[in-house]
Amino acid sequence: MSSHSDASGKKLGMWLFLYTEIILFGGLFVLYAVYFARYTSDFAEGGKELNRLFGVMNTIILLVSSFAVAASITAIQKKEKKIAMAGLVSALACGLIFLINKYFEWSHKIHLGIFPNSEKLMDGPQGQNMFFGLYYVITGLHGVHIIIGMTLLFVSLVRVKKDRVTHKNFTLLENSGLYWHLVDLIWIFIFPLFYLVI
Amino acid sequence: MEVVTSFFETPYPSRYKGIWSWLLTKDHKRIGIMYLFSILFWFLLAVLLGGLLRLELMFPGKTILNAEMYNSVFTLHGVIMIFLFIIPAIPAVFGNFFLPIQIGTDDVFFPKLNLLSWYLYMAGGVIAIASLFSDGFPDTGWTFYVPFSISTHTNVSTAVFAAFVLGMASMLTGLNFITTIHRMRDKQMGWMQIPLFTWTLYATSWVQLLATPVVSITLLLVIIERYVSVGLFDPSRGGDPILYQHLFWMYSHPAVYIMILPGMGVISEIIPVFSRKSIFGYKAIVASSMAIAIAGSLVWAHHMYTSGMSDTAIFVFSLLTFVVAIPSAIKVFSWVSTLYKGSIQMAPPLFFALCFIYLFSVGGLTGLVLGAAGTDIHVHDTHFVVAHFHFTMFGGTGFAFFAALHYWWPKMFGRMYDFKKAYISAILVTGGFMFHYVPMFILGLQGMPRRYFDYLPQYATGNFFAGFGAAFMIIGIFLMMINLVLSLRKPMDASSDPWGGTTLEWQTASPPPLHNFMTEPVVLDYPYDFTGVVEKYSSDDKGE
Repeated sequence: MSSHSDASGKKLGMWLFLYTEIILFGGLFVLYAVYFARYTSDFAEGGKELNRLFGVMNTIILLVSSFAVAASITAIQKKEKKIAMAGLVSALACGLIFLINKYFEWSHKIHLGIFPNSEKLMDGPQGQNMFFGLYYVITGLHGVHIIIGMTLLFVSLVRVKKDRVTHKNFTLLENSGLYWHLVDLIWIFIFPLFYLVI
Repeated sequence: MEVVTSFFETPYPSRYKGIWSWLLTKDHKRIGIMYLFSILFWFLLAVLLGGLLRLELMFPGKTILNAEMYNSVFTLHGVIMIFLFIIPAIPAVFGNFFLPIQIGTDDVFFPKLNLLSWYLYMAGGVIAIASLFSDGFPDTGWTFYVPFSISTHTNVSTAVFAAFVLGMASMLTGLNFITTIHRMRDKQMGWMQIPLFTWTLYATSWVQLLATPVVSITLLLVIIERYVSVGLFDPSRGGDPILYQHLFWMYSHPAVYIMILPGMGVISEIIPVFSRKSIFGYKAIVASSMAIAIAGSLVWAHHMYTSGMSDTAIFVFSLLTFVVAIPSAIKVFSWVSTLYKGSIQMAPPLFFALCFIYLFSVGGLTGLVLGAAGTDIHVHDTHFVVAHFHFTMFGGTGFAFFAALHYWWPKMFGRMYDFKKAYISAILVTGGFMFHYVPMFILGLQGMPRRYFDYLPQYATGNFFAGFGAAFMIIGIFLMMINLVLSLRKPMDASSDPWGGTTLEWQTASPPPLHNFMTEPVVLDYPYDFTGVVEKYSSDDKGE
């Protein structure tokens, strides 16, 4: 039972885990597909009420953060510890800004009386209730994943600082990066489904 | 024979002593044994709950439980049996213990994750029990169908959360097994030299990975609905309750293959060993395992013929259901053909395996009655369904579990049990089983619904017989467990290969040492080549 230094095995495990995450969100996307087919016009109406500027900003923020993570993985391989740490810090900052944006978006909606079980949604068309119900569930679950991803990035950051993650042994950083890219990728699907719905 | 220090005496990591050497272990064998005893605890509890149900149903009207308690007890029986026994039973106990040994390695790929899975499993069990003491255990049945699961006052959220946590445990085990099989096989072992038990675990693990997240999200949605009432499954708010059923069965039907595939693997190990003959159609069994895993993921809606679906959908799902029967039948034919002209040596594991083949075949064939859309309408949600899935799940997976227990017990604990008591218990369980479930087929055809607390007088005879059979079965199960546990009092006497097996676990001591092998194991070109075994046994016979 020697310590396994099989990096591709660890990555394989991570990829398998990412499949499960995709399918977790897949279940919700199935719900979206069914209700979109049923209430197409209500979904379009609901989409107009979301602030596209916020959506675009968040998309750009996440893309930048993904770049930062990718850069930090390349940096650690080239023994550039400082750049690697800078990449991770900026990715974490992006994640934080994303969450703050989300917070303002949600509280604005709640302020307008749009939240699950609210009178406005109960009395309005059923399709809009479904649209905003899914909006809260999917972006909420995605937010939870952002927090998990940030935790992983933070752990990697600490490990890089303590020289536990180096150019020889950077699987932890790479796996955290894979997770972060997945969270980013899921957002790339969420964004058009809610903000750009026709 | 040289004395080998078994893994019981060598904790890993070695700094832990006593109870901590178990609770913080990274040794797959110790984790397997911890799973064994926790799973047996839940199994025996759920057996007794099931006995309680049948006792209630033995006579019309109220006997020992009131209607509300009856609903909670059958839910508890289902939840424990499904999530805490059948799904984890064979992979978590025997998979953990034997998968690394069968592929000639020292542990699973992620030992810490393996321990985490065990803790998640235990946490899931504790959460399920906790829901008993707050607002009462759910009365929804293990399927948690909406809208009832959202509107009932009982504590569905906690029980559903327990199932969610258990799903995580099962998913992580699957992830671990796939990585282990890919990365840690003995260098000499190619894909077509992997023992069949490991192959079925591989197929199972894929189903666990790909299907479990769907039920995770569905169960989370039930909790969200109960707390926030989004209305995603509520027709008055635009939702669709049928969607819940689709999402639920998208996992839960593949889950029945999570339950049965490892059982089929166990049987594929046992039959050739006791026939002293190479397994018939090794490649066909491998291919059919993967085929079951794939096709089994595409048949979920056959649970919903009466829920409301288009005729086209019903036709397609019915057809696919029949397609799944083919790979299962291939396996049955392979097992029977292996027995044909073998030199059969009877032993308790083989006895259980033979009972498995019979009971599972009945279960599989009655499954076709339910898979055909026309007949299903007649017997849907009757006792026929109950009898069918108990034949497959209990007669199938349950008996495979018993067979595996008797087959690998000497390897795990180094002690042989008493054969006579093992046979008696097997006969009691099988006889009781027939008495118990065959009347249910008849009751179902006559129209007695499942999950009902009371029934019309014409169903009294069948229910009385079923209760009678249940008693035999429960006595048999307890006798079997007592027999196995009693063997632990004996000194370690089992040889490294008491049965004459060819897979790698029989090349190491019983119980195995900490790193599984003292010397490099020899991988056979073909995992079921019995020429060596036959030679050894025939020279033993001449020597006497």
